[in-house]
Amino acid sequence: MISLSSQKEVPPEFRQRTQLLVTAVAIVFLLLFGRLFFLQIVEGERFTYLSENNRIRLKKVPGTRGMVFDRRGQLLVDSRPSFDLLFVPEDTSDPEQTLSQLARFLGREEGELLDLLQENKSRPPFQEIVLGRDLDWPSVVAVETHQLELPGVTLRTRPRRSYLANSMAAHLLGYLGEIGPKQLKAQKAKGYSIGDEIGQFGLERRWEEFLRGRSGGQQVEVDALGRRVRVLHEVGDIPGYNVLLTLDREVQETAYEVLHRKEGAIVALEVGSGAVLAMVSTPAFDPNVFARGVTAEEWRGLAGDHLHPLNNRAVQGQYPPGSTFKIVLTIAALEEGAIQPETPLLCHGSMLFGNRVFRDWKPQGHGAVDLHKGLVQSCDVYFYQLGQRLGVDRIARYARALGLGEKSGIELDDEKAGLIPDSEWKQKRFGQPWFPGETPSISIGQGYVSVTPLQMANLMATVANGGTLYRPWFVRKIESLDGAVIREYRPEKIRSIPLKQTTLEQLRGALSDVVNSGEGTGGAAKSQIVQIAGKTGTAQVAEMRGKVVKSEQLSYLTRDHAWFVAYAPADKPEIAVAVLVEHGGHGGSAAAPLAKKVIEKYLSLRGEPAPSSERLAGGHGETRAD
Amino acid sequence: MEKRVLIDRRLASHFDWTLLGVAVGLILLGILTIYSATYSITEHRASGLASRQFYWFLIGVAAMLGASIFDYHRVDRFAYPFYGAVLLLLALVLSIGSMGGGSQRWLNLGFFTLQPSELAKLAIVLALAKFLQYDEPVGGYRLRDLWAPFLFVAPLVLLTLVQPDLGTAVTLVLVFLSVVLMGGLQVRSLLGLVAAGLTFLPIAWHFLKPYQRNRIWTFLNPDLDPLGAGYHVIQSKIAIGSGRLLGKGYLKGTQNRLDFLPAQHTDFAFAVFAEEWGFIGCLVLLGLYLALMVIALRVVARAKDRLGALLAFGALSIFFWQVVINVAMVTGLMPVVGIPLPLLSYGGSSMVSMMLAVGLLINVSMRRFTF
Repeated sequence: MISLSSQKEVPPEFRQRTQLLVTAVAIVFLLLFGRLFFLQIVEGERFTYLSENNRIRLKKVPGTRGMVFDRRGQLLVDSRPSFDLLFVPEDTSDPEQTLSQLARFLGREEGELLDLLQENKSRPPFQEIVLGRDLDWPSVVAVETHQLELPGVTLRTRPRRSYLANSMAAHLLGYLGEIGPKQLKAQKAKGYSIGDEIGQFGLERRWEEFLRGRSGGQQVEVDALGRRVRVLHEVGDIPGYNVLLTLDREVQETAYEVLHRKEGAIVALEVGSGAVLAMVSTPAFDPNVFARGVTAEEWRGLAGDHLHPLNNRAVQGQYPPGSTFKIVLTIAALEEGAIQPETPLLCHGSMLFGNRVFRDWKPQGHGAVDLHKGLVQSCDVYFYQLGQRLGVDRIARYARALGLGEKSGIELDDEKAGLIPDSEWKQKRFGQPWFPGETPSISIGQGYVSVTPLQMANLMATVANGGTLYRPWFVRKIESLDGAVIREYRPEKIRSIPLKQTTLEQLRGALSDVVNSGEGTGGAAKSQIVQIAGKTGTAQVAEMRGKVVKSEQLSYLTRDHAWFVAYAPADKPEIAVAVLVEHGGHGGSAAAPLAKKVIEKYLSLRGEPAPSSERLAGGHGETRAD
Repeated sequence: MEKRVLIDRRLASHFDWTLLGVAVGLILLGILTIYSATYSITEHRASGLASRQFYWFLIGVAAMLGASIFDYHRVDRFAYPFYGAVLLLLALVLSIGSMGGGSQRWLNLGFFTLQPSELAKLAIVLALAKFLQYDEPVGGYRLRDLWAPFLFVAPLVLLTLVQPDLGTAVTLVLVFLSVVLMGGLQVRSLLGLVAAGLTFLPIAWHFLKPYQRNRIWTFLNPDLDPLGAGYHVIQSKIAIGSGRLLGKGYLKGTQNRLDFLPAQHTDFAFAVFAEEWGFIGCLVLLGLYLALMVIALRVVARAKDRLGALLAFGALSIFFWQVVINVAMVTGLMPVVGIPLPLLSYGGSSMVSMMLAVGLLINVSMRRFTF
């Protein structure tokens, strides 16, 4: 047992203190009883009255969301006031009667309103039913004037998001939606509550924290008909911050127009910073539909569409780069010294490797081809051989350094990384070594290789600026309503690739000749006002064994994807563009003209048409396949 | 072994059944209230929380037995290790705890989530009783005699405060002060302590972030948050007041039914009870708590030694402060700080630690004759 020697008897002071405590406890409890007596007996009647129709309610006033502007201060997304029509059935003795009155005043179908009442049967009592959103002015006036005949019907003002650019920047700007149960659970601490809107996609989602305003509200006492008797307390709402983009509304519009009715993506970047000037993905959707509340049917239509309008192809679409990948091989070969640029290789229109024949797009062959001609005319056989000399691992190393096969890190959801294969990947993925016979496909951007349009635009920007890979970005500033700068963004270098000056000169010369020489595959991009440099690509969707089939004859879904990647002006680049047209056919004819229009638009806005020396050198170059 | 059983048998005859009876009565009222608070009018059934609370009650009875059966003098040995374990758990909460309602208070143990700050109340009582069990100095303890208790209470309070759980932190401080006073703190020192606290506050205030300051302002003055805490207090007062003399009847409280009350089954359970049972019901409920206090004070007065008296008094003060603050809070006498009503509110950690406190009282009570 424990020794008791150290245990001390309870001293007499303890007993005294206990006596004191009994008195203290008694007094405190008397106080509590007194309080309850006051609330329940003295004030009981008043509180019963207040509880009967739950006279004290909260009216929420959502904070106005911040606006979005383009690089030149043009408004892209606005929030305007709107009115919602609410109904609390508990506030009227005869809900059906009230609704039929309301239907008469608004000229709406009575049955439609009654259906809404039926649908909301299991909601918590005194919760408002939303009868209509974004009411037109005559309806607002009608409800206001007939307020006395419409017990339980109220109007609620609430800011409504308005996308002035409609569908043209839908994927970048994103959309709002009512906060879901799961999101609500996760976000409750940040002050969200049921019925709040929250950014669900794109800019609206990623910059939610800045764009959202803080809700205010009123604690009001209402009468038996649900009408406000007096405001007991009020908290003002706080508007959200404005977001200023690097995007150019005009360039974006042009890009959207040229892609209209096609499926594809266009990305335009500022060469010296990686700032996004335009990003379009088609088919698009209209974010205004989400702003007024998307119906289940509309949602199913969008989500179930086999063309996937909700996907942002610019960052989520992964396509074989086709011949645009030859840019990567050119850089790798020159940097590694794998070939002398002047050394001609022979092209007979096909090449036998192992027991497989690899074809050139030009069945009769290109003859003697050096690096310049190989790139300008996009000779496949030349690059098959270059690929063999380099080997897949060296190709992969340069491709990855240039930002392919990895997420660019742009602040958009679900960006895809694409894929740049090498022998290690092959071993991991299939448990097999890399077979040399697989390299020719890779050399012309087919096989396992896949890239996103954003990555290709960024690659062109890197080539154009001399080897600096930037993280693409599109928000340059966050400002409060009174113009105070909350946050400012700057270009962010991912890495610098030390490219030899000779490599850059060789490559840039060839890229310029692709468009401007009259012999290249990209003649359709030749512009009267600016010298464009670029590369075409035609990415095979279906493996074509044997005969070369003309693109036009193929049924739509097996038709090739058309690529054109470019920068301009060729001598002092400012803008880099990647155009992808799904199942567009040849890059030279289907994609190159679109890139030209986007570039011309951008440069015309700069106020410097930048005429080049070859301006007068005859009309458009001949369009060639590659 | 033989001897031990004999002792136990003699002890059993002194088991304080009245105390246990009062506690069980409160718990049963609590389960009834939780059932009502979670009862859905549209589905005509309650959520499973009431039955879960019943299981917690069974576990609580086991905890109570455990806390009453050992000789309380052993506290001398395990008070500090227990304190250390609780401190560790609180630190764990800070790093890997799970969030809920904007604060990080729980440790997810898979089958249930533990709220270590509930155990912190007991840890303070055990450690203080151990420290103060020897004869007090003539004229009482001075502040400088008590640096050690301050040192071990401060981290518990701070770790609770940053969760943030202001309610529990306040309880911890009040329990600490109560036990130290009972242990024999000089009145002059008490005044010094209050003065020190008042000078410390502005310094602490300086280090708080704006949103934390806002939160404290709102705690102190709910009118600043008429859409949150202020609204809750008004609705709670309406619920209690509209119960009037006899109440609206079981499962018939409209304020609760219509979800106008916050935290119906936890911190605001009293409002649910008061709405349905009226003033008479409240008299009975508070009467039970009062009985608990009086019985506990008797245990303190009759305890065999200082250690027993201090342990019993510590357990008593845990009950006292929580009951008073909770009822004062839901009746609008005090700011809303988020304190459960002991034995009544839903919550496993609270139930177990409160039953441990009851066990401690019974322990001291039945060993008052042993030598």
